[in-house]
Amino acid sequence: MTITSQPNIDNALLPILEQVSDPEIPVLTVLDLGVIREAIEVNGVVQIKLTPTYSGCPAMDVISDDLAAAFLAVGKEAVVELILTPAWSTDWISEAGKRKMEAYGIAAPLEETADKEALLGNKKIVKCTNCGSTNTHLVSQFGSTACKALFKCDDCLEPFDYFKCLK
Amino acid sequence: MKQSNLYQYILGLADNSLILGQRLGELCGHGPNLETDIACTNISLDLIGQTRSYYQYLAKMAGDTSEDAIAFMRLEREYRNVLLVEQPNTHFGYVIGRQFLFDVYHLQLLKELQQSSDEMLAAIAKKSIKEVSYHKRFSGDWVKRLGDGTEESNEKMQEAIDGLWRYTDELFQANEAETAMALEGVGADVTALKETYYKEVSAVLDEAMLKVPESKYFTHGGKKGIHSEHMGYLLADMQYMQRTYPDMKW
Repeated sequence: MTITSQPNIDNALLPILEQVSDPEIPVLTVLDLGVIREAIEVNGVVQIKLTPTYSGCPAMDVISDDLAAAFLAVGKEAVVELILTPAWSTDWISEAGKRKMEAYGIAAPLEETADKEALLGNKKIVKCTNCGSTNTHLVSQFGSTACKALFKCDDCLEPFDYFKCLK
Repeated sequence: MKQSNLYQYILGLADNSLILGQRLGELCGHGPNLETDIACTNISLDLIGQTRSYYQYLAKMAGDTSEDAIAFMRLEREYRNVLLVEQPNTHFGYVIGRQFLFDVYHLQLLKELQQSSDEMLAAIAKKSIKEVSYHKRFSGDWVKRLGDGTEESNEKMQEAIDGLWRYTDELFQANEAETAMALEGVGADVTALKETYYKEVSAVLDEAMLKVPESKYFTHGGKKGIHSEHMGYLLADMQYMQRTYPDMKW
């Protein structure tokens, strides 16, 4: 079957899926991230289709292992397949996920035009996760991980990560 | 299978990303400052991630190998990367020059590959292009910063561009596999990318107060497996662990 941008997840599997988090951003579950594109049980085996955020994201291997382990803990075998298409977009991050990110100290991705203006046009629209000021500047388009850029607040002087918009 | 045009074509795409990823990885902990160190290693990670997608596809196609074996266990003449990406990290100007000269080409190539009749290649291209757009932004910005910087940075950036220019033409010389795959609608026609490439690169160099090299001397060979002397040392480094401990696992 073709994977569309709407994930095909069996509701019965949600409680287990919710237990698996991004190893790098532990406040986000794999459901918040939108990387689970399909999760269904076929002949007693859980078939999961996972899509990477960035090509080289090392967290995907860990997430695959964690998914298998989470299902094993409830006595089920899970098979995880990595699929590339449709390509992951930050649009698939849940609203709850974005709020959790901000609370954790990572500025959530802006929508595409705003994101480009912030990263490439030096427009001051990214809010500091510490004090909320928009008096911030881009330090580097590449941050602690492939998905994030590094910002600094010129008011409270704290550095913080910004999750880059990927469309 | 491994000698088929499709296999060799994908190998060429993958090897470029692998070798450039390897070169950038060498900078880990050695960048001129923290931001550029992180940027270079992040770009390396993106490229190696793309390489993995290609190699996994090849391993499935061949049936009797793995992505690791393809990456680490070939002999020098079996690698199909262009000469440009194997050039060493002489100084930061070279790192940026090499990156920029490749990124412009890489982005053009991926734009074409998105239309590939091969579903997997199109998928990899669609995924990679988002990341490579950021790479080109980074390298282009630094070419301008260094070119239109101080007298010393301009001198060094010019030296790098002059030194790397001879490797640009190879990007647009199609080898057998590339020609065959372009005809089948699987691969991109690299010969058609040449004019736009040099136009775009020249515009950036102009903006960066750098002279566009006039030399008509170009070196080729990488795509046919005839590499520069640097390749031997690069592979010795890269392949050491896997050859010393075959089939090793973490």
